[in-house]
Amino acid sequence: MTTDVHQLDDGAWVSVNDSREVNVSDLWLLAEHDLCGCEVADFLAEGVVEVGVEPAGPAVQSRFAGRCIRCGAEGVTGWLTVGRVVDPADGGFRGVDHESIHLVDG
Amino acid sequence: MPSKVENWKSEVYGAEIREHLMRFAEEGWDAIPDEEHDAWFERFKWWGLYHQRSGQESFFMMRIGTPNGVLKPGQLRVVGEIADEYARGPAQNPEFGNAYCDWTTRQSIQLHWIKLEDVPEVFEKLEANGLSTQQACGDSWRNIVGCPVAGKDTHEHIEAWSVAENLNETFKGDEDHTNLPRKWKVSVTGCDQGCGQGDINDLAFEPAEKDGELGFNVRVGGGLARKEARFARGIDVWVPREQVPDVAGGMSALFREYGDRDNRFNARIKFLMDEWGPEKMRRVLQEEFVDFELPRAGEDMREQYTYNAGDGQHGDHVGVHEQNDGNYYVGLNVLVGRMGVDGVLELADLAEEYGSGEARLTQRQNIIVTDIPEENLDPLLDHDLFEHYSPDPHPFMRGSIACTGTEFCSLSIVETKNRQVRYARWLKENVDLPADIEDFHIHLSGCTASCAQPQIADISLRGMKTRKDGEPVEALDIGLGGGLGENPRFADWVEMRVAADEVPGAIANLVENFEAERAEDESFRDFVEARDEETLAALVEPEETDYDDPYMHNTKQTWYPYAEGDDSLDASPAPTDGSGDPLPSDD
Ligand code: HEM
Ligand code: SF4
Ligand SMILES: [Zn+2]
Repeated sequence: MTTDVHQLDDGAWVSVNDSREVNVSDLWLLAEHDLCGCEVADFLAEGVVEVGVEPAGPAVQSRFAGRCIRCGAEGVTGWLTVGRVVDPADGGFRGVDHESIHLVDG
Repeated sequence: MPSKVENWKSEVYGAEIREHLMRFAEEGWDAIPDEEHDAWFERFKWWGLYHQRSGQESFFMMRIGTPNGVLKPGQLRVVGEIADEYARGPAQNPEFGNAYCDWTTRQSIQLHWIKLEDVPEVFEKLEANGLSTQQACGDSWRNIVGCPVAGKDTHEHIEAWSVAENLNETFKGDEDHTNLPRKWKVSVTGCDQGCGQGDINDLAFEPAEKDGELGFNVRVGGGLARKEARFARGIDVWVPREQVPDVAGGMSALFREYGDRDNRFNARIKFLMDEWGPEKMRRVLQEEFVDFELPRAGEDMREQYTYNAGDGQHGDHVGVHEQNDGNYYVGLNVLVGRMGVDGVLELADLAEEYGSGEARLTQRQNIIVTDIPEENLDPLLDHDLFEHYSPDPHPFMRGSIACTGTEFCSLSIVETKNRQVRYARWLKENVDLPADIEDFHIHLSGCTASCAQPQIADISLRGMKTRKDGEPVEALDIGLGGGLGENPRFADWVEMRVAADEVPGAIANLVENFEAERAEDESFRDFVEARDEETLAALVEPEETDYDDPYMHNTKQTWYPYAEGDDSLDASPAPTDGSGDPLPSDD
C-alpha cells in the first residue's frame, strides 16, 4: 500500500496511515542543521509544520517548529526522518529513537 | 491545494456528523474504521468532542458551549450530574479527585474522560436541559464570549446578553456559517470594564456612541496562538444593536470566502488582517457582504476598561456586587478553573436556594451566582463552600489561570493545572505583594496555542523544556507586563527555559525587586513597560526554593501524569470499551 501521511490537530501529530505516530514535545538531537550555531542542536519539537514520504525506506519525514534549548534559537527544521514503514503490506510504522543523533536532510 | 482537513470537511461536516457519531457510539469504539480515525476525530470536534492525547485513546474531552457563560437556572446541576456520572476517568487527579468540571477562558465547560459509548445519553440529557456541545470545537462559530454579568451589570451601557444570545441562535447551525476555514471567535461587550476581552477575538463588538445613540464599534483579527499574537484592529465601523447580526454574518461570510483553506496555519482571520489591513477589510465587507451603508466608528469607552488591564486593581467580578435590579451577584474564585463535582452540585443547590438558580462563567475561569436578594447574602456566604471557592481570595489565588496541559492535551509540552495550584499555594505562603497591589495575574499555558491567555497577564508562563544535570526537565518561558485595558499590551518574554521548580523562586525575587525599585504607586505593568528586556531579565533571578515540583520529568511520556504505580504509556488501560475495560490490541 502507499504511505499516507499528514499533520493533525494543529501540528500536534504526524499521522502515518491514519495512526497518530509522532507527537510534539520531544527533544531531538540534530546534527548538520542550519537552525542555530550549536554543533548538535538540542531541539524541542513544538509543532509539526510539514510532512512527507521519501520513497526509499519508505521513510516518513517531517519539518518541526520549535527551539534549540541549548542556545535558545527558534525556527523550523529541515526534513527529519521520523520513522519508517517497516511493513509495506499493512502500513506498519516504526518511529526512530529521537534521543539518538539525527541528520537533517536539506 | 486544499488541506487534508478541508477534503474531509467537504465529504461530511456540520450537523450531519451527528448521525455517524451516534452510530459509532452505538456500535462501540472499534466500529470506527482504523483508516478513518483521523477524518472522524477531526469531524467530531464540530460536535464538541476532542480526542485526548496518546495513552488515552477512546477517551474524549467534551466541551459544552455556554454563550456568554450563562448557565440558566437548573443547568449547573445538569452539568454537575453529567460530570459525576460520565466524566470519571480510570485514575484520580491528586488535587481534584476523579470527577470535575473545567470552567474555561472562553466561558465554556470542559469535561474529560468521556467515552464514545456514553455520548448519546450525555447529549440527550444536555439537550433536554437547553445545553449543547454543538460547534464548541472545530471550524466554525465557537462559543460567543462577553461580559459575564451582561444584563445585570451596573457598569453596563448596552444590554449585551440578548445581543450575544441572538447571535448564538442566529449563527449556530446556520449552514452558511458552519464550515469556515478555521475557528471563529466572537465577543460582545456592553459594559465600560471591557470584560468581553474583544481584543483577543476574531470579531469583537464593543460599546460605542454615535450621534447620541449607543451601539457597537467593530474590531477584527485578534488571537493569541502560535507566537503570532495579535490584537483585534478597529475597522472604522459602528453598528446599532439591531444590525449586529448583519455585520457579524457579513464578517463570517467574508472569512468563509477569503480565509486560507490551503494552509491551516495561515487560516485565522488575523492573517487576512495582516495582509489586507483594516481599510480593505472594511471595503470588502461593505461591497460584498452587507447591503446597507456601514456607519463610521463611534466614540468608544475603552479608556475606562479595567478587565485584565494590569493596573493592579480588581476588575474580575469576584466578590459580592450589586446588580442593576438591586439584587446581588457573588463571584467565586475557582483556582485554575477546575471545580470538583461535589462543589458544583452544592453550588447548584445554593444558587437555587438563595438566588434564581442561574450561574455564569467568566473568562478568568471563575463562576458567579446571580440574583441574590440582599437578605440572602449572609446566609449564603455562611456556607463552607465559600472557604474553598472564595469571594475574597488571596491575590495569588485570584490571579491564577492555567490551561489543560499534559494531563489530556496532545499539543502540550508541560503539566499545567496541578503545577499552577502548587505555585499559587507556595506564593501565598512565601511572597508578599506590595500592599496597594490587589490583583496580580499569573497565567500558565502548556504550549504556544495560549489557551490560558498568557500574553495578557502580569506574569506569563509558557511550556518549554530545559536540561538539569543533563536530564531533560519541564521548564517555562517567563514573560512580563501584559494586559488589556484601553491600550492592550502583550507580555515581553524576558527569561526563557526556566526549570519549572525554579519558577516560584523567580517570581519571589521579581516581586521583591519590583517593590524595591518601583516608583510610588507604579503598577507592575507600567514598571515593566518602563524597562528594557535585559534590565527585566536581571530582576527575575530563577532559583530553587523549598517549593517541590513532582512533575519535572516529562509528564507527556506517561499515560496519565498522576497515575499510581506504573505510569508508562504501556500501562494505559486505553483504548477501552463502553464499560471502561481495556480492548484487546490489534497488533
Ligand atoms: C484538550 C484541550 C485543548 C486543546 C487540544 C486545545 C487546542 C488549541 C489550539 C490548537 C489552539 C490554537 C488555535 C489556533 O491556532 O488558532 C488553541 C487556542 C486557544 N484555546 Fe485551546 N485547546 C484546549 C483547551 C482549551 C481550553 C480549556 C480553553 C478555554 C476555553 C481553550 C481556549 C483557547 C484559547 C483562548 C486559545 C487562544 C486564543 C486564540 O488564538 O484564539 N482551549 N487551543
Ligand atoms: S495551551 Fe497548549 S497545552 Fe494548553 S490546552 Fe492549549 S493546546 Fe493544550
Ligand atoms: Zn542551538
